[in-house]
Amino acid sequence: MQSLNATFSALSDPTRRAILARLALGEATVMQLAEPFEMTQPAISRHLKVLESAGLILRRVEGAKRPCRLAKAGLEAIDQCDEWLAMLRSALTKNYDRLDAILEEMKPPSGNENGE
Amino acid sequence: MSKMTLTTEGATHIVVTRRFAAPPEAVYRAHTQPEIIQRWLLGPDGWTMPVCIVEARPGGKFRYEWVNGKGAGFHVTGEYLALEPYSRLVHVERMHLPDATPDNHVETRFDPDGAGTLMTMRMTLPDAATRAAMLKTGMERGMEASYVRLEGLI
Repeated sequence: MQSLNATFSALSDPTRRAILARLALGEATVMQLAEPFEMTQPAISRHLKVLESAGLILRRVEGAKRPCRLAKAGLEAIDQCDEWLAMLRSALTKNYDRLDAILEEMKPPSGNENGE
Repeated sequence: MSKMTLTTEGATHIVVTRRFAAPPEAVYRAHTQPEIIQRWLLGPDGWTMPVCIVEARPGGKFRYEWVNGKGAGFHVTGEYLALEPYSRLVHVERMHLPDATPDNHVETRFDPDGAGTLMTMRMTLPDAATRAAMLKTGMERGMEASYVRLEGLI
């Protein structure tokens, strides 16, 4: 089973998120991935290693190149994280909106209020 | 207008912030007094909390039980590790779905923010199995399709 922590760890870096966004458009080589970033290829390769070990991308061998693509398991893990975060966000938003109304009721009568 | 932020912190935490137009004392009370908790800590529309037991002291236990009126329900049990009125709460909790999920460690701070309060809640990310079980409780029902994407991804 895909570990959520490995997924979040892999996604916690903006460069890795950008790499995934690029791979959503299709397969790419390290050189192609390095292009939009001011980073060396070894630095990009390190990020790819993290994404690969989190199961988010797959790499195949093509001569001296190792093109990358998004892994299905990676996409599913991302979707599941998204779904869960969306559920949490929705539940908390409703809770705190209800709490706003209760806090309004709890306020002392307006005659005693200071500085409002 | 977005009063709430929800961000992931590293690989293991979620941080939620929310501003309230009431002083820290009121917001703190709303988090520790059962008769108030029962009115807002409900999640999606349609859920109620018929049981809310809170021992608001260090080492004290709490138990929240929710039902959706359609046969679904679950409960949370937890213990307080620290209470600093009216600025900070630390507790652990787990959901019973019905099997207990791993403990979630939660620190909630209530800081003065003008005439109001800035609440900051830091909690543990659940593992994949817990997340799937939570989605299966039916909590997602009645939730509009929501398209929260991880910031900046795709």
